[in-house]
Amino acid sequence: MTALRQATEVVDPVPGASSPHLPQQPDLIQLLTPEGERVEHPEYSLDISDDELRGLYRDLALVRRWDVEATALQRQGELGIWASLLGQEAAQIGAGRAMAVDDMAFPTYREHGVAWARGVDPLHVMSLFRGSDNGGWNPVERGFNLYTIVIGSQCLHATGYAMGVQRDGAESAVLAFLGDGATSQGEVNEAMIFAASFAAPVVFFCQNNQYAISVPIERQARVPLFQRAAGFGFPGVRVDGNDVLAVLAVTRAALAAAREGQGPTFIEAFTYRMGAHTTSDDPTRYRLASELEEWKLRDPIARLKAYLARTGIADHAFFDSVDAEGDELAARIRSGTLEMADPPATSMFDHVYAEQTPPLAAQRAEFVEYHASFEGGDH
Amino acid sequence: MGIETLTIGKALNLGLRRAMEDDAKVMLMGEDIGKLGGVFRITDGLQKDFGEDRVVDTPLAEAGILGTAVGLAMRGYRPVCEIQFDGFVFPAYNQIVTQVAKIHARSKGALRMPIVIRIPFGGGIGAVEHHSESPEAYFAHTPGLKVVAVSNPVDAYWGIQQAIAHPDPIVFLEPKRRYWEKAEVDTDATPDPLFRSRVVRGGDDVTVLAYGPMVKTALQAAEAAEEEGRSLEVVDLRTVSPLDLDPVYESVRRTGRCVVVHEAAVTLGLGAEIAARVTENCFHSLEAPVLRVGGYDTPYPPSKLEEEYLPDLDRVLDAVDRSLGF
Repeated sequence: MTALRQATEVVDPVPGASSPHLPQQPDLIQLLTPEGERVEHPEYSLDISDDELRGLYRDLALVRRWDVEATALQRQGELGIWASLLGQEAAQIGAGRAMAVDDMAFPTYREHGVAWARGVDPLHVMSLFRGSDNGGWNPVERGFNLYTIVIGSQCLHATGYAMGVQRDGAESAVLAFLGDGATSQGEVNEAMIFAASFAAPVVFFCQNNQYAISVPIERQARVPLFQRAAGFGFPGVRVDGNDVLAVLAVTRAALAAAREGQGPTFIEAFTYRMGAHTTSDDPTRYRLASELEEWKLRDPIARLKAYLARTGIADHAFFDSVDAEGDELAARIRSGTLEMADPPATSMFDHVYAEQTPPLAAQRAEFVEYHASFEGGDH
Repeated sequence: MGIETLTIGKALNLGLRRAMEDDAKVMLMGEDIGKLGGVFRITDGLQKDFGEDRVVDTPLAEAGILGTAVGLAMRGYRPVCEIQFDGFVFPAYNQIVTQVAKIHARSKGALRMPIVIRIPFGGGIGAVEHHSESPEAYFAHTPGLKVVAVSNPVDAYWGIQQAIAHPDPIVFLEPKRRYWEKAEVDTDATPDPLFRSRVVRGGDDVTVLAYGPMVKTALQAAEAAEEEGRSLEVVDLRTVSPLDLDPVYESVRRTGRCVVVHEAAVTLGLGAEIAARVTENCFHSLEAPVLRVGGYDTPYPPSKLEEEYLPDLDRVLDAVDRSLGF
């Protein structure tokens, strides 16, 4: 073996696991097995009503239906691109539903499930992917920041926001979303340093979906991601990201600790991106079909459905009603997307600054005059 | 307080103090700005009086400073970030360009970014690499940012307060080699607005434009030229983005000649933009092309060569001669 080969030989980041991408991992916190069996965990219990359980199922099913519709709309040319959350519904709904009203989330561009949990209108997400705006919701009102597309940058914003919460003496927490790829970014590491140094009330929620587009996790990490937290000086936990109950319990506990002044936690939600990175991607070029088949057996929605059905917490009528609601939601998303008006052209000039500058105002006037110069005026 | 003789550094210190007294949401962030008072002592004594939550010694991470400032601004704070030296702003460049500059537009005005990024800039202090740079054009080229450069204690005192009170993000450039220049500051006066250029010396033959540390150089050149019977009008641009060129056009229409001076490399520097605009607006008045005096298109050289690199009185006068020779 050459020195170079030795140096680049990938160390199995999860000792004992047959493949780092496969779901049988040690250290996973789980409250609901892939077969839909409710299990207990010594550190994380979950007190949850039947209504809440049915609510979680509804959330999961509806965001998946939204995702399917959005993918179809992109294929039909109605969206520029779509970043599918397929397979990550439990991680996102579990995290989103763990938040209190006053908490603040800082998403990447794939957190449609968290957006849903925060009450963001799906059409305000669709408008971003259609190219009408950069997201139509008010971030502070919703407690859900606009999508941030530069990988990892939002982790610093979340930490700064948490430093503000601290200064305000408020009892709320901040949830920073990131992916496995983002853990390689300098800004993410700086965010964890600032968060630790100031004991900021922020929780880093990393959805490890195994791939940064095509590059697998073992190229990014020589240790399981949750173990990185120890180096920054705060707790790290690994939760089964396809188990909505475990994600809910773990995130609730971390947010509560943050609110109580115990500082940050890093949560690695171990999951799998069952679809492509985005509609522009072709995952058959970099991963095996057998891997996807393994993960389909751990589907986050099927396991909750099995549990609800077996225990009688939900019946056929309930599942049918959720399906019907999903179809209604999809129809609303479809018609709303198709009817979405393009923004007025001059709007690109209007919010560059809070206080408009004379040169930009002049450029705007020239733009208006230029368009008015065509026969028939506005063109 | 009335009239006081202050250095630029002390004027900034007092201006920061005044801004923190006026608004409890103002906070300072940076490396070594607390106990030490900053490597140039601009924040001297402020942590002692305002506490560690408002004058924050941050970890040594520029992206971290700017990125957390974004979150603090979202939460209603007005962060004033000190970048220790000009060449160290680049680790924060991503946050400044992709986030700080764009969030107001991204959110259609829902989120404001009242962040001030203080940068001691320019050369002439005999420093090692990365301590003498003039990065203003990078920021002036970025929509969403505003960029100002102060040249004297009066503008330093008022400008920093105006920048902090302003709703948009501002890159606030401080002429580090002029930190110890003194002038009388009337703290009861009504200050000039922030985004306005100013004629600082009247003249008839050539209009000379400068900002930050080069204003003094331009004024020295004007004095020397006067001895040779040439009358230079000197304009302190004060604001680099947005540019305020109406007073410049008015001047160039009288003089017919224009020389732009900055320390930054000439190619695609501010002088290029100004030359284009002056040409567009004063074409029929120009007796000579707009000339640029700046740094050469090299990395900032080792300090034993910086006097060769930096525009000085002689190079400004040489450009004036060339302009008059057309």
